Amino acid sequence: MKAFALALLLAAASALAQADAALDARLKKLEEELRCLVCQNQSLADSSAPLAEDLRREVRALAVAGKDDEQIKQFLVARYGDFVLYDPPVKRITWLLWFGPFALLAVGAGVWWMVARRRRNGNGGNNDDGDNPPPTAGVDKARELLDSPLE
Amino acid sequence: MKSLRLLIPLAIFVVIVGFLWAGLGRDPREVPSPLVGKPAPVFDLAQLKQPDKKLGTADMKGQVWLLNVWASWCVSCRVEHPLLVELAKANVVPVIGLNYKDKNDAGLAWLAQNGDPYRLSVVDADGRVGIDWGVYGVPETFVVDKNGIIRYKQIGPITVEALEQKILPLVRELQKA
Repeated sequence: MKAFALALLLAAASALAQADAALDARLKKLEEELRCLVCQNQSLADSSAPLAEDLRREVRALAVAGKDDEQIKQFLVARYGDFVLYDPPVKRITWLLWFGPFALLAVGAGVWWMVARRRRNGNGGNNDDGDNPPPTAGVDKARELLDSPLE
Repeated sequence: MKSLRLLIPLAIFVVIVGFLWAGLGRDPREVPSPLVGKPAPVFDLAQLKQPDKKLGTADMKGQVWLLNVWASWCVSCRVEHPLLVELAKANVVPVIGLNYKDKNDAGLAWLAQNGDPYRLSVVDADGRVGIDWGVYGVPETFVVDKNGIIRYKQIGPITVEALEQKILPLVRELQKA
């Protein structure tokens, strides 16, 4: 009977410890996605600033109260703005941030395509608008020199 | 046509320099508060000088007021403090102090030493209210209007320029409304 009670107690304790470990792991992951406002290049998980400690305490309290990660993030965003998120949400003012690189890539591809097309259209890669003699003249000259018999 | 095309890299360069130049003038520590334009987070806290009495946001309804977050351990609070004392003498707008993560006796001693510009100070010993107000760098000052909406936030010490160009004109305008 005593042994049974002890076993029950141990099982309960280990279940608790497991739940704790799971919560710790979840909070660690969440806090790594949140930015500390005092030392701005550190995550909430890494920072030892007093405010980061307070916010970790707050985040843990919310998690224990049954709030999910999204609700916890909203709690912080409502107070400190999107700045606390390392992964900024897609909205109008972040369009440039999210889509700018792709727009630049598209512009680059467009330029590359235009240059390639012009080369294919047979002016031998000359894109100087004819101000200089076409490089084919140089190639012809070189070929002529190469072909001429050595003296 | 040829010279025009040569200008393209220069134009790109000028645009980049423009952005970088503008970026140089900005303080990365200043994170714009999402609370500006929103109702001030509610608090009801014990007063610093009379701990058995409370003061809450509800008590300030109907008037324009400033909330100044301060602490005795806060170095830059000393920088702005003379300005707050001046402001209190002018009696333009009530300033409520939020004594943030401080010890009561340290806060009281600080006020005795440097002067007390506050209509009242309330105690936020664990910083819980500070979090609700999005405080991350003391001192911070909020302008709250008659309807309890936050209209402006000063991050860091109040300067003469901020006071004359932003805070006081805003307070006067809000008091007329």
